[in-house]
Amino acid sequence: MSTLNSKVPSGDLKNKWDSHKANLKLVNPNNKRKHTVIVVGTGLAGASAAASLAELGYNVLNFCVQDSARRAHSIAAQGGINASKNYPNDGDSVWRLFYDTIKGGDFRAREANVYRLAQVSANIIDQCVAQGVPFAREYGGALANRSFGGAQLSRTFYARGQTGQQLLLGAYQALMKNTSTGKVKMFSRREMLDLVLVDGKARGIIARNLVTGQLEKYAADAVCIATGGYGRVYFLSTNAFNSNATAAWRCYKRGAYFANPCYVQIHPTCIPVSGHYQSKLTLMSESLRNDGRVWVPKRKEDTKKDPNTIAESERYYYLEERYPSFGNLVPRDVASRNAKDVCDQGLGVGASGQAVYLDFRDAIRRDSEKVIREKYGNLFDMYKQITGEDPYKVPMKIYPAVHYTMGGLWVDYNLMTTIPGLYALGESNFSDHGANRLGASALMQGLADGYFVIPYTIGDYIASEKFKPVTTDSPEFFEAEKNVRANINKLMDVGSRGKKTVIEFYKELGQLTWDKVGMSRNAEGLKFAINRYQELREDFWSNLKLTGTSEEYNKYLELAGRVADFLELGELMARDALHREESCGGHFREESQTAEGEAKRNDKDFCYVAAWEYKGANQEPSLHKEDLSFENVKLSERSYK
Amino acid sequence: MNLTLQVWRQENATKEGRFVTYKADDISPDMSFLEMLDLVNERLIKAGERPIEFESDCREGICGSCGCVINGQAHGPLRGVTTCQLHMRSFKDGDTIVIEPFRAKAFPIIKDLVVDRGSFDRIIQSGGYVTVKTGPQPDGNATPIGKDVADKAMDAAACIGCGACVAACPNASAALFTSAKVAHMSYLPQGQVEAHKRVVNMIARHDAEGFGNCTNIGECHAACPKEISIQHIAIMKKEYICAAANYEPEIQRSEGAI
Ligand SMILES: Cc1cc2nc3c(=O)[nH]c(=O)nc-3n(C[C@H](O)[C@H](O)[C@H](O)COP(=O)(O)OP(=O)(O)OC[C@H]3O[C@@H](n4cnc5c(N)ncnc54)[C@H](O)[C@@H]3O)c2cc1C
Ligand code: FES
Repeated sequence: MSTLNSKVPSGDLKNKWDSHKANLKLVNPNNKRKHTVIVVGTGLAGASAAASLAELGYNVLNFCVQDSARRAHSIAAQGGINASKNYPNDGDSVWRLFYDTIKGGDFRAREANVYRLAQVSANIIDQCVAQGVPFAREYGGALANRSFGGAQLSRTFYARGQTGQQLLLGAYQALMKNTSTGKVKMFSRREMLDLVLVDGKARGIIARNLVTGQLEKYAADAVCIATGGYGRVYFLSTNAFNSNATAAWRCYKRGAYFANPCYVQIHPTCIPVSGHYQSKLTLMSESLRNDGRVWVPKRKEDTKKDPNTIAESERYYYLEERYPSFGNLVPRDVASRNAKDVCDQGLGVGASGQAVYLDFRDAIRRDSEKVIREKYGNLFDMYKQITGEDPYKVPMKIYPAVHYTMGGLWVDYNLMTTIPGLYALGESNFSDHGANRLGASALMQGLADGYFVIPYTIGDYIASEKFKPVTTDSPEFFEAEKNVRANINKLMDVGSRGKKTVIEFYKELGQLTWDKVGMSRNAEGLKFAINRYQELREDFWSNLKLTGTSEEYNKYLELAGRVADFLELGELMARDALHREESCGGHFREESQTAEGEAKRNDKDFCYVAAWEYKGANQEPSLHKEDLSFENVKLSERSYK
Repeated sequence: MNLTLQVWRQENATKEGRFVTYKADDISPDMSFLEMLDLVNERLIKAGERPIEFESDCREGICGSCGCVINGQAHGPLRGVTTCQLHMRSFKDGDTIVIEPFRAKAFPIIKDLVVDRGSFDRIIQSGGYVTVKTGPQPDGNATPIGKDVADKAMDAAACIGCGACVAACPNASAALFTSAKVAHMSYLPQGQVEAHKRVVNMIARHDAEGFGNCTNIGECHAACPKEISIQHIAIMKKEYICAAANYEPEIQRSEGAI
């Protein structure tokens, strides 16, 4: 087992980033023009990176699977983005944002990364304002803030319930500006299907043109992966339909380590599943917990009753009772597990019994319907649209759903993976959220990585390396292309004979992952899952049904490739979850809980990042550990009581 | 519910398309429209036929990927709702539903219900941004922006770029889309510096892409899933009149102005 070098600079936590920046090598402007960088992904991380690198002078090739960069999954983020501006004067600071994030992550993130994130958070807001992002404002013209789970102050900036949309459009517009000058070449409707290594360094990618089906080769001096998270391994999640792990997974298979795959965030406030035909779950922003009160009936007999007829004394406000100081604003993992707990006790509501109430009655009485409409109008409309019920009159029904993946490609302080020249940004890396992410921190991290970290750190690599000229005619590109083509041909070949559709496999995979590698896990279930993934893979590769050809627009072929990768990733998640015999953040091992049923960490044995190395098809991956040392915060039991 | 679908099938941009009739039986009213299509596709695939290609991603009405013309209306019968947010409870047992792509010269069909909306990206490229580099910027509160102004900018910025406005417009104009960006920027102090250049270039690009003229019909607003106001078009026209005297577009203009 090797130890991983995180390249965290020495020195005082507060000065690490500044002194690191001062020591990074620079590329002179004339030389930047000679270098090409591939950025895969146009979400907050990818779009901000591509635009910023192009402004610096690099030639950027930017890829996404959607028809336009503006449609990346980041567009769907609702609630907001954190920054330690302390505008409300409630005592916020870089230190507090850092501390909340480290604690929220259950002490499983790197101190130095998180501190840097908190430091650059304020710049992000300024950058976005300068781009014309229409953040919510107070009457006097100042930026407005609200609070989010896991924090006792208001540091979340927002643009109605469409913060992700507005931040992404800001980054997208910066990107479009740079495409108009030709510094960025945009390749939409392309799916990266392999990474090309030359002399062990990342030098290009193979992408499939999703309109024509043709494979295309692109060469560069460095590759940045910003392809988002892998939540769709559960099939049902709040992630967009096309979200996938394929790019990251293919990098893993080329030698990039995959870190903490078992850390998955289950979001407490989603619209419950309504039927077997369901294709995705819809998030109701966590910001609703600012004003909504979560409850279930105290008595099982009341669970099917009209909630408005249930007397105050018969309601169990379980979060307020169990966690008096944070109440409805406990972090997501705590809120989710408690919802599961009350439903497991038979107190769940709705047709399936898998739901709890989120009630705005008291907030409407206190502030008026108008005020609530202003704050959450679009979310309430969306809820009504989907469920047919009016949340101004009847409490919402909510249930936890998969939302975010903290795990991802392992990166060092410079965001470089274990493959030289391959970087990972945004949700696709594992870096800043430890075992649990706080609300409104993903947007912050994606933009921090893209606007304020990678533009500095990539220069150091480019300035230090000697780049031998590489074109897409080199043998490494042909090898990778052949590899991709063989995979697609195999899918089409099996697909012409099999019987089960991609969606059938996808749902089976999702159910397995939800049941065994979901909100709570145990050794027996995880071992079962590891076996079952292998069986499912065998079935998939002999019984898949596809129609059409690979030489055309073929959505189900795209999905098949992604499901094939998820079937492998699921197994790695289960392995990681099995080996981590502690509970922390989103990873809850039933064998490791306190007397009150809270997650019990084991700092003595598990205070490390688990980074997995691919060892070949159907081989056990090998584990590498990056020890986490906490020099500035004291590891404590994460209490929100 | 049992329904009959008449769906536009077209293999690619060069082949001719036609309507094909499908049965959609056992549809739950709680399904979304796209989930209904998913189910029809499952059955087609099982029968060895090619599924109906359509586009979707977020499936919650924000990314702008989805969209088809349903019984003659872009995004279907409900106001302020995208195709992915439309639920089958809006239809009744026995209905026939006609499903077509968003049609416009500037949106070539790729396959079935999938169209190429790259022209929207090119309109934004021509000026729909503030020229600002990544780096230290003035403090976010340095320039106060009144709540009313920020709200108006947000109203315009809420456009999801789906293209329903174009599909609904008898002239296939993208005036609503273009004006939403022009207006968003024109409300904010950050957008002022490049205001003239922006509006002139964006309109020139709009025309060059082959979108039609706006003749104030208002179908765009009626079809817009985000209910973007047609007032933005008036703002754009006002901005254009002020700007056109000062600026020549950098793009070759085709015939006609908005
Ligand atoms: C419903 C919802 C609400 C949320 N709300 C919030 C919030 O309020 N605050 C917050 O901080 N966070 C929120 N999050 C989390 C946050 O939105 C995401 O973590 C973040 O946007 C991820 O950004 P990203 O740039 O890393 O990736 P994404 O936005 O997922 O972008 C991925 C990009 O990669 C491309 N791509 C993927 N695979 C390939 C491939 N193989 N080849 C080529 N391109 C590829 C895609 O096309 C896309 O452009 C929310 C998430 C969801 C689902
Ligand atoms: S799929 Fe995103 S708006 Fe419909």
